[in-house]
Amino acid sequence: MNLKESLVNSISGATTQVFSTMLGLEVQVTETLVEKGMPEATDGLVSFIGLAGTWAGTGSLTCSKNLGCRICSQMLMTESTSIDEDVLDAVAEITNMVIGSVKTDLEEALGPLGLSIPTVVFGRNFTTKSAGSTDWIVVRFQCDDEILSVKICLAPSDKVSHVIPHSLGQTCVVDV
Amino acid sequence: MESDVLVVDDSAAIRKILQRVLRQTGMAIGTVHEAGDGQEALDLLKAHKIDLVLTDINMPRMDGLQLLGAMKASPQWTSIPVMMITTEGGETKVGEAVRLGAAGYVRKPFTADQIKEKLAGIVELALPI
Repeated sequence: MNLKESLVNSISGATTQVFSTMLGLEVQVTETLVEKGMPEATDGLVSFIGLAGTWAGTGSLTCSKNLGCRICSQMLMTESTSIDEDVLDAVAEITNMVIGSVKTDLEEALGPLGLSIPTVVFGRNFTTKSAGSTDWIVVRFQCDDEILSVKICLAPSDKVSHVIPHSLGQTCVVDV
Repeated sequence: MESDVLVVDDSAAIRKILQRVLRQTGMAIGTVHEAGDGQEALDLLKAHKIDLVLTDINMPRMDGLQLLGAMKASPQWTSIPVMMITTEGGETKVGEAVRLGAAGYVRKPFTADQIKEKLAGIVELALPI
């Protein structure tokens, strides 16, 4: 099995398990693809986590405002209808669990990897780009009537121009 | 006799979930203190009598393994049981937690039952309940 197949399997399994266990929600894979270059502009929430080790890269989870609120409502057993600190925190933590689980799978083949603290962005008509030219492995899921995307880009560390996590005070170009 | 608990996680969502799970265990839980990282946790340990610590590993400033190490190196905190609740499932981190003296280890994602089961074992061994 090559890295792409391993990542797709790992992302699919991790996302299904995290959504089921933590949120009581069922997700189904609808599409897997390799994303080259800059993706189209999007609306909603994007959560990022850096991976670092002998291989390095970024994992991300993208969803609509509605699904972000649903994730928060299910996780905290409250009613969330607008983006607030709780929603951002819940989406960040779910991303942490999904990418953390993928990281554990990857460590069997790639050795120990570090995980950064997640960062969540909410907005309209924005694009994201990671420094370097590594392709993203993308798995799209359907959750109720909403689309959820989980993506990872990963390359040997000597080919990655931007390795996260980084220390406070250290110069860092964030190209997101 | 009630036990005071310290929950350490940089996610407020996880701290809220763990508060809820702790209240559902049937254990005599007193105050549940919350900290967002290891340094905040040490400050709370200095200020309060804590009977049990539940901590994440990956956190800013001071991570959960550093917190565990600091607690086990301190005579006043070394006997407090510490349960790790983390996304870290690799042998390196689990081994490090065990070596440092963690009383239990639960991987995220977790169910309330998994937390309750681990806590029951820890409580039986260590807490004055």
